[in-house]
Amino acid sequence: MLNYAFKRLITTIPVVWIAITVCFFILRLAPGGPFDGERPLPEAVKRNLAAFYNLDKPLVEQYLIYVGNVLRGDLGPSFVTQDFTVAEQIAIGLPYTIIVGGLAFALAIIAGVLCGIFGALKRNQLPDFVLGGIILSGLVLPNFLLAPVFQLIFGLELNWLPVGGWGDGSIRYLILPVCVLALPHIARISRLMRGSMIEVLGTNFIRTARSKGLNDTPVVWRHALKPALTPVVSYLGPAAGYLLTGSLVVETIFGIPGIGRYFINAALNRDYGMVLGTVIFYMVLIIVLNLIVDVIYAWLDPRVRSQ
Amino acid sequence: MFNRSLKYLFACFLTVFLAGQALSATLNIHNGGDASSLDPHKVSGDWENRIVGDIFEGLVTEDRAAEPIPGQAESWTVSDDGLVYTFKLRDGISWTDGTPVTANDFVFAFQRLMNPETAANYAYLQYPIKNAQKINKGEIKDLNELGVKALDDKTLEITLEQPTPYFIGALTHYTAYPIPQHLVEAKGTDWVKIDNIATNGPYKPTEWVPGSHVTTARNDGYYDASNVKVDGAKFFTLEDHSAALKRYRAGEFDIMTEFPTDQYEWMKENLPGQPQVAPFAGLYYYVINSNRAPFDNADVRKALSMAVNREVIGPQVLGTGELPAYSWVPPGMANYKDPATVAWKDMPYGEKVAEAKRLLEGAGFDASNPLKLQLRYNTNENHKRIAVAVAAMWKPLGIEVELFNTETKVHYDELQQGILEIARAGWLADYNDADNFLNLLKSGVDYNYGRWSNPEFDALVDKANATTDTDARAALLKQAEQIALDETAAIPIYYYLARNVVSPKVKGFENNAFDIHRTRWLELVE
Repeated sequence: MLNYAFKRLITTIPVVWIAITVCFFILRLAPGGPFDGERPLPEAVKRNLAAFYNLDKPLVEQYLIYVGNVLRGDLGPSFVTQDFTVAEQIAIGLPYTIIVGGLAFALAIIAGVLCGIFGALKRNQLPDFVLGGIILSGLVLPNFLLAPVFQLIFGLELNWLPVGGWGDGSIRYLILPVCVLALPHIARISRLMRGSMIEVLGTNFIRTARSKGLNDTPVVWRHALKPALTPVVSYLGPAAGYLLTGSLVVETIFGIPGIGRYFINAALNRDYGMVLGTVIFYMVLIIVLNLIVDVIYAWLDPRVRSQ
Repeated sequence: MFNRSLKYLFACFLTVFLAGQALSATLNIHNGGDASSLDPHKVSGDWENRIVGDIFEGLVTEDRAAEPIPGQAESWTVSDDGLVYTFKLRDGISWTDGTPVTANDFVFAFQRLMNPETAANYAYLQYPIKNAQKINKGEIKDLNELGVKALDDKTLEITLEQPTPYFIGALTHYTAYPIPQHLVEAKGTDWVKIDNIATNGPYKPTEWVPGSHVTTARNDGYYDASNVKVDGAKFFTLEDHSAALKRYRAGEFDIMTEFPTDQYEWMKENLPGQPQVAPFAGLYYYVINSNRAPFDNADVRKALSMAVNREVIGPQVLGTGELPAYSWVPPGMANYKDPATVAWKDMPYGEKVAEAKRLLEGAGFDASNPLKLQLRYNTNENHKRIAVAVAAMWKPLGIEVELFNTETKVHYDELQQGILEIARAGWLADYNDADNFLNLLKSGVDYNYGRWSNPEFDALVDKANATTDTDARAALLKQAEQIALDETAAIPIYYYLARNVVSPKVKGFENNAFDIHRTRWLELVE
């Protein structure tokens, strides 16, 4: 297993390198630069800025310097936020993103799996239809719509929860953003779970279990759950990625200082350092998450292991 | 068991509730963008000005109405030729680390500002100072050549290139704040980190979470601390204005520094007296490329300008009632009185369109040979609305308009390269003087994007700026403005409005043309 994981890690190195290279050059091809704005800078000032950020050197040399710095673990300065380097900004924002994203992830798995099992057991009955309807609405309503609606209902009308912000970091401030972030994933996971559970419940070994006289509870939890989870697990890697990158809208609307919004803001500001820094960070994160999922997958399904 | 967890839950809520109460002397401000720095030489946005201007103070500072009043300097004298300003610093002023603020901190700051290595965006605002521009452009290497000298610890002498009536006003700007020399020399660029920074304003920064907020607390060592009523402020980063409005309604913000314009009517009805809309010293305009045919023809430019029905843009297109602009300099600038206006200002709109049509036909454009042009704007809902409205206003003249939008960085990059026919631009006054606007139309100025050039205009502005008598200077500037308007150097559209939402809890908020409201003048009441 360790050997397998190590091999997978090695093969990701060229992927990371290609992504950095492509991203570096595409960024420079985009018109406009980090120092363009409503008011042009004097030439001498521009020259000094360019020299500080190595922008006055040939592009290939800039690229080599950048890659060299990344290999040494230095993501360089931000072109916009001058008091914090790229690494410092990611380090400050990451805990917020991880807390919100992690809670949403946990909520999505627990609620999604439970709803899926419930739907499978009550399939084609009224509770299944009601739940299916709610879940479908979670899937089709985009979070930029859901977030303001939740703010209006739970923050302003019912006055139960703060409308936004991080406050003191207490759970009150987390409920709305976590729910908005988790909802589409609850929907996806529960649909996957329902489908695969129905399939598993129809297989021979479940029929055998039932014929031994077992009722629903042990059948579902002891026998059917593990095999039914495989499609859910394969979805978890991308889901974790979505939850961390897709927190942009939620972070912006709820005013949470995570790193999701750097993705867009940095690109709009032509903050070369920040764009590359976040790309590298997310890429490594997603690769690691996928690796973890592969390992879990192998544990869940003996057929994967034997291959 | 269940009972115990309920009690625990109740205790938790009570703690949070009480914590909320204790914070109530803090002013919560929806500040918009994320600050890029707390270093006065590195910032450029109004959201940064709000923070930096609360924690630092220059020789001169702003009062409630943004008029200049003595700050770190208690008084000053001006030589008869208007060239030498001598400032006397207050007694007992100090940095928050206890070190006294001296005249040398100002010399150090001005030299650092002009040093091209600092790469300060707004250094040009202090170009009236002798040799400032030459140093900033790298023509003079010796920073000591700058016209800022410390005569002793308490006396600062600033020499100017030429008499500048707005110089005292320009000194309120953050580019003129002192910088703690001892700290910069000890810590380098890290001096500005939240754990190191020392400031000299009414407040000091205590916390900065990028992307969330900057917190300040009252500086008890400030000379006027006994009159500073608000204990501290929290400047929140939040660029989604609709979300900000919801948080304001929930009481999470006391002041919003911008609001979603499409909800203005709703706010007027449901939050009466809270949305504040006031004239702001700024101009929204369309640049015309005067180097490109047929826009090099003044008649074509005039026709385009005349056909813009400015009266409907503020009230109907934007919905916030921006005032129509028929002048280049917004009304109410210091020492200027009423600006010059276009000759056809009061003509009925129907006649304007007829005249515009006649002018275009004179230039050879009619139904068989329509004028085709591209109108560029930076991607933004309001810019789009105006562009669509203006294109519709030009349509009856037979003009075919292609709307073209790009993100802000690209927009200005291309404007600077002269890639435009007609393009949207805007200008907010840096200092309270008509020159700040007229300068946009001078030959060879970088941000004269349309490259309109008129030697007579240039000569009048230069002559005005060499004149000490304020009335004579204003008359010369007005002559120059009239030339620019007669020639339709660009198309002024509306004067900006400052948009704030102020909770009834906040007292002392006074609308002003610069939209500057230092926390020091505000008060929170329950």
